[in-house]
Amino acid sequence: MRVITVAGPPSVGKTSVIVRTVKALATQGLDVGIVKFDALSTSDDQVYRRAGLPVVVGLSGSVCPDHFFVSNIDDCLGWGQQAGLDILIAESAGLCNRCSPHIQGVLAVCVVDMLSGIHTPRKIGPMLKLADLAVVTKGDIVSQAEREVFAFNVRLANPRAIILFFNGITGQGAAELAFHLRQAPPVETLDGRRLRFPMPSSVCPYCIGETVIGRDHQRGNVRKMSFESASA
Amino acid sequence: MLSLTLAELAGWHPAITEFLISADAAGAKPARTLDAWLRALTDDRLSDIGMDRDQVLDHLEALAHQVETLRGTSEQSVRSLTVLGGHDKSDRPEVLTLTLQVGDVLCIVGPTGSGKSRLLADIECLAQGDTPTGRRVLVNDAPPDPGWRFASGRKLIAQLSQNMNFVVDLTVGEFVAMHADCRMAPNRDAVVREVIACANDLAGESFAVGVSLTQLSGGQTRALMIADTALLSASPVVLIDEIENAGIDRKKALALLIAQEKIVLISTHDPVLALLGSRRIVLRNGAVAEIIETGADEKANLAILERIDRSLMEVRHRLRCGQRIDVPLAWPPTLDNE
Ligand SMILES: Nc1nc2c(ncn2[C@@H]2O[C@H](COP(=O)(O)OP(=O)(O)OP(=O)(O)O)[C@@H](O)[C@H]2O)c(=O)[nH]1
Ligand SMILES: [Mg+2]
Ligand SMILES: [Zn+2]
Ligand SMILES: [Zn+2]
Repeated sequence: MRVITVAGPPSVGKTSVIVRTVKALATQGLDVGIVKFDALSTSDDQVYRRAGLPVVVGLSGSVCPDHFFVSNIDDCLGWGQQAGLDILIAESAGLCNRCSPHIQGVLAVCVVDMLSGIHTPRKIGPMLKLADLAVVTKGDIVSQAEREVFAFNVRLANPRAIILFFNGITGQGAAELAFHLRQAPPVETLDGRRLRFPMPSSVCPYCIGETVIGRDHQRGNVRKMSFESASA
Repeated sequence: MLSLTLAELAGWHPAITEFLISADAAGAKPARTLDAWLRALTDDRLSDIGMDRDQVLDHLEALAHQVETLRGTSEQSVRSLTVLGGHDKSDRPEVLTLTLQVGDVLCIVGPTGSGKSRLLADIECLAQGDTPTGRRVLVNDAPPDPGWRFASGRKLIAQLSQNMNFVVDLTVGEFVAMHADCRMAPNRDAVVREVIACANDLAGESFAVGVSLTQLSGGQTRALMIADTALLSASPVVLIDEIENAGIDRKKALALLIAQEKIVLISTHDPVLALLGSRRIVLRNGAVAEIIETGADEKANLAILERIDRSLMEVRHRLRCGQRIDVPLAWPPTLDNE
């Protein structure tokens, strides 16, 4: 089975991109299944089901969705194998720019959208910087010039990635993305594999339920802001 | 690379400078070597950068390589594109050998769902019988090199459509300069001036460098998009999608694109625009059903249509200026004369 991680900030068009691309893969006789990771709720499973795709949802609740992802992805692989899938795609909403679900040896896709602003590519962390493919959506509503500047900034953020333009509404770009997804390396198990970048172990009292503000309650992994340059 | 100093690295390209600054908020000494700098980075800094030491080094190397590639004129130049027929939606063969040379203007007509987007998609991805239409596209009379076909960020078609807007919050001058920097234009300021001058030439109402992009009128926006695409876009093909009566000089716009050696595709049902092209293709049921040469009769009709169009523009202008449209219109004689 081939495994692909698809990550990207909320509402950039991940589901649209996946559904359109899977259609292209299905014409080649490939069985694809989806795992959707999100924080609190999602209706993506309905979209996938409507497209005729087997799907499972993992909601992380109180922990970072990417942390939740690592603790569950190997089980997802087991599910996919049992279902006899050729390709398993894991969609996760990159809610935390600091974490990323990308795994070494597993094809990693990051979706970014052009409406998010020309400088966004440099603000997105390892999710974009360490992806193999950067899929750029929503180019249909911005100028050609902005598309070119945006692509350039994606290129600077991740000089090794393959950049693809994708229209999530018409599916333009699906054939190319399908071509690249077919090249994903086969994976039998993720047991023992490594993440491309470590996730921060954010254990401060607030991580585990503290709600009171104040210095006395800030223990453990706490970082403080510096105001030196502002008070000149 | 490890033995280079930060100052030497930064000298390569602003993008590298910017990366070094963003990676090191504290600001290291420029005389430091990359190796020393990397080893001195704290875990906190690395965590903020979102990469480990090897990945930072790898990133810098890839960045330097990209800068070299972008600077070089390694981009394959497209002199012609040839679309070879595939099949229509009912699997009947599409008999087609359509060659487009730089400077050609081709119109694409056909109802919604007739396969216009699919044809454009086939051109964009340089289809090799591997898309739903089975079409193949040749570049300069030969199948494209697969490496180039899937080259990252290669964009064959620059697109202009009614739905597109500038969304970035910058002035015209700032943004065009930014675009010129991405293209590594060596004579940036001159290019910026030229783009803005061309855009003003196309737009009815002129605008200044310092005006914000989002404040431009519809016509000014289209004009700037066309001038910028003609002079700064790397794409050899320009698709103009349903831009009708946008308040720009369409003839001049086409002339500008042709002068920049673009292949121009126009998807439109606006008669003036459609007849400006030398040929038009008719799409039906997912395939090209016919290629119509714009003949002498059609060119003669174009002249009449253009007169009507100009008159309509004048009426529009009067409306905009708050004037009345009470003078009897002198159009019927134009038509009767024929
Ligand atoms: N104009 C335009 N809209 C798009 C494009 N791609 C996606 N959209 C729209 O963007 C919205 C969000 O798309 P989704 O595919 O649900 O985005 P997502 O990233 O999966 O969202 P989450 O899973 O909720 O984070 C939808 O309304 C899509 O129709 C595109 O290329 N152009
Ligand atoms: Mg989604
Ligand atoms: Zn996180
Ligand atoms: Zn915490």
